[in-house]
Amino acid sequence: MWDYIKLIVLGISAVLAAIAANFAHDLAYMVNAWVVMLAAAAAFVWEIRHVGEPRLHPADEYMDGVVRAGVIATTFWGIVGFLVGVVIAFQLAFPALNLGNITDGVLNFGRLRPLHTSAVIFAFGGNALIMSAFYIVQRTCGTRLWGGNLAWFVFWGWQLMIVLAATSYVTGGTQGKEYAETVWYIDIVITVVWVAFLLVFIGTLWQRREPHIYVANWFLLSMIITVAMLHLVNNMAIPVSILSSQSVPVFSGVQDAMTQWWYGHNAVGFFLTAGFLGMMYYFVPKQVERPVYSYKLSIIHFWALIFLYIWAGPHHLHYTALPEWAGTLGMVFSIILWMPSWGGMINGLMTLSGAWDKLRTDPVVRMMVVSIGFYGMSTFEGPVMSIKAVNSLSHYTDWTIGHVHSGALGWNGMITFGALYFLTPRLWNRSGLYSLKLVSWHFWLATIGIVLYAASMWVSGIMEGLMWREVDANGFLVNAFSDTVAAKFPMYVVRGLGGGMFLLGALIMAYNLWMTVRGQEARAPQNANNLVPAE
Amino acid sequence: MCAKQVKPAAKDVPTTGHVWDGIQEYDNPMPRWWLWVLYLTILWGVAYTIAYPAWPLISGHTQGLIGSDQRADVAAEIQRFDDANAGIKAKLVAADLAAIPTQDELKTFAVSAGASVFKNNCAQCHGAGAAGVQGKGYPNLLDNDWLWGGDMAAIHATVTHGIRNSADEDARYSQMPAFGVDGILEKPQIAEVVQFVRRISGQDFDAALAASGVTVFADNCASCHGEAGKGDRTQGAPDLTDAIWLYGGDVATLTETVSKARFGVMPAWGDKLSEDEIRAVAVYVHSLGGGE
Repeated sequence: MWDYIKLIVLGISAVLAAIAANFAHDLAYMVNAWVVMLAAAAAFVWEIRHVGEPRLHPADEYMDGVVRAGVIATTFWGIVGFLVGVVIAFQLAFPALNLGNITDGVLNFGRLRPLHTSAVIFAFGGNALIMSAFYIVQRTCGTRLWGGNLAWFVFWGWQLMIVLAATSYVTGGTQGKEYAETVWYIDIVITVVWVAFLLVFIGTLWQRREPHIYVANWFLLSMIITVAMLHLVNNMAIPVSILSSQSVPVFSGVQDAMTQWWYGHNAVGFFLTAGFLGMMYYFVPKQVERPVYSYKLSIIHFWALIFLYIWAGPHHLHYTALPEWAGTLGMVFSIILWMPSWGGMINGLMTLSGAWDKLRTDPVVRMMVVSIGFYGMSTFEGPVMSIKAVNSLSHYTDWTIGHVHSGALGWNGMITFGALYFLTPRLWNRSGLYSLKLVSWHFWLATIGIVLYAASMWVSGIMEGLMWREVDANGFLVNAFSDTVAAKFPMYVVRGLGGGMFLLGALIMAYNLWMTVRGQEARAPQNANNLVPAE
Repeated sequence: MCAKQVKPAAKDVPTTGHVWDGIQEYDNPMPRWWLWVLYLTILWGVAYTIAYPAWPLISGHTQGLIGSDQRADVAAEIQRFDDANAGIKAKLVAADLAAIPTQDELKTFAVSAGASVFKNNCAQCHGAGAAGVQGKGYPNLLDNDWLWGGDMAAIHATVTHGIRNSADEDARYSQMPAFGVDGILEKPQIAEVVQFVRRISGQDFDAALAASGVTVFADNCASCHGEAGKGDRTQGAPDLTDAIWLYGGDVATLTETVSKARFGVMPAWGDKLSEDEIRAVAVYVHSLGGGE
């Protein structure tokens, strides 16, 4: 029965998508409709070949297939996102790489930039979070994922969203909101998938066999709930037609800007901070095999973090049409946020106390520790940059880009790499990673790459900030904008090289993970990983 | 630092007793320095929001004890420079245009002010260094080759009214015919006149074609570009005998220019810039090397 309902829904979706593609008002909508048509048709064919097959869901095993798929997707989208990042970094240094004459603008910086940010945040980061959440919540609740194949719906829905977003960006579909570029119907896809994610997560928590909820799950749940709220409010818009990718936002002017940065800042705060702290709180104590340093600290810094973060958005709009008082509040909350952010760093680093020797012997631990270090650095730099006087220099410059990347490459990237190295041997029942030496290579390439990236952007950002504000004795501006662009060229090249090293490290990781699975025999499944522990 | 604090603690401190997938939690207290810095930032935050505009009220917001107002600060700073420059700006507007470059005080001020105006308004087309964009029709302002005249009055008029725009009635205007597209010349004739232009501009040329191009040029081009091809500033017709090209002097580009004509547009700045700014930027451009 259920098979036939699925077949009917998929078949109708494919036909409707074909009709929508035919009557599309714009290129992005048409391309997206084709993607939906192909995806629905492929799912239809798959489904029809499996009708009536009994599905085995052994209730006494963790649901790890979807986590394995998540490991593959995270690695794949990570490399795609880093690659596009390296391309646009060199486009800024060498504008001829935009290939404007050949590709008619499809590969312009303006279109590839949202492709890069969405690929690394939502495709790489999002898959990392979904995969980790599914793995962690099962282990720490001692139960299988709730909702059966709903977890697979979350996984495939998220991949569909990524492909829709990517194909719409390069064909000109965008809402023009930073980190929320996805057009209205993709926003609906995100909402549906995210609600399913929430249901799987809460359902699993609900049927847990442990009396208490582990701290990692607080962070992951706060991430899921807050991102749902942010996404819904910031994307309120009225489509101009059911057959068009265009829409009109509900808010306008400074209200729209404030909503956007309330969203934008908390996408950083909850997606990239709270969610990844959830990963940190599980993978670090597991990898170093030590208890978490302080339970009290984890409670206090969790509640302080989620209470304070949500107010800090206005610091993105200092010295704009936003009233001064709102900027003051954004700045004050940002600075009070400093210690709550560092609570996570302290708990992560101090968990290693008594096991510091592992830094020498285990490159995965080294990766996690550097990740926490970059987390601490960028959560200090953030409050500093929110101070109005600093912001008047740093805003709109490459300093911001450097700050974001020391957080994204250093914190989010490295902790995800650590998680992938942790998960792969366990999920595929291998005795260990293929090569620790390659992990070491990955570690050094990535770390030096990040340092090159951040340092060049500091120099470039502070230089251009000073050049923009330079006036002569009569109060006249000294530099043209193009002067600052020309002056940044060497830093742009260094930044591109740093990004290239980071990408190379990720490729080495992909090879290492591949060989871990393909290059050695599977061992017998181990109780701790594949079966729910006895109560 | 960490190791010293923690090693004894790791032995003595109990865990909370929970175990999740093998993970335990120590019942360590929060680090004291961490807690004190948190308290300190909260105290600072309270003090700061009392001092500065911060909390929204039903209508308006708290003004802050210091009475900060960013908008007023910016306005005051702009006013300070405006006041300081008011005297010399008035002098600049009142001065005889042609004489400004000879008066040191006015010239120094105007070049510095004009450079700023140029970098914010003109650099987009003419480049930050005013060297134009070769081959794209954006003229180089550093050389001695002027399309519409290079003395103060001519530059001032060009900046004020612009060229071939529809916004200003007094914009400089002229239109080269599209000799090929409009069927005025046949393709062989265009090839001949192109070779003739290459001859008078001192480049390699096909002698036979150029010889037949003499008449084509005299009949069709000389009325604007002059019999010798030296151009005519009253209608912005470029000098074809120098090695300076707006769009290019190679055969392909010259053929395209003759066939399709060119129509370079410059906006009128009269309603966007004040008179003192226009004068300043005219002095700046005049001072770049080609001023007459």
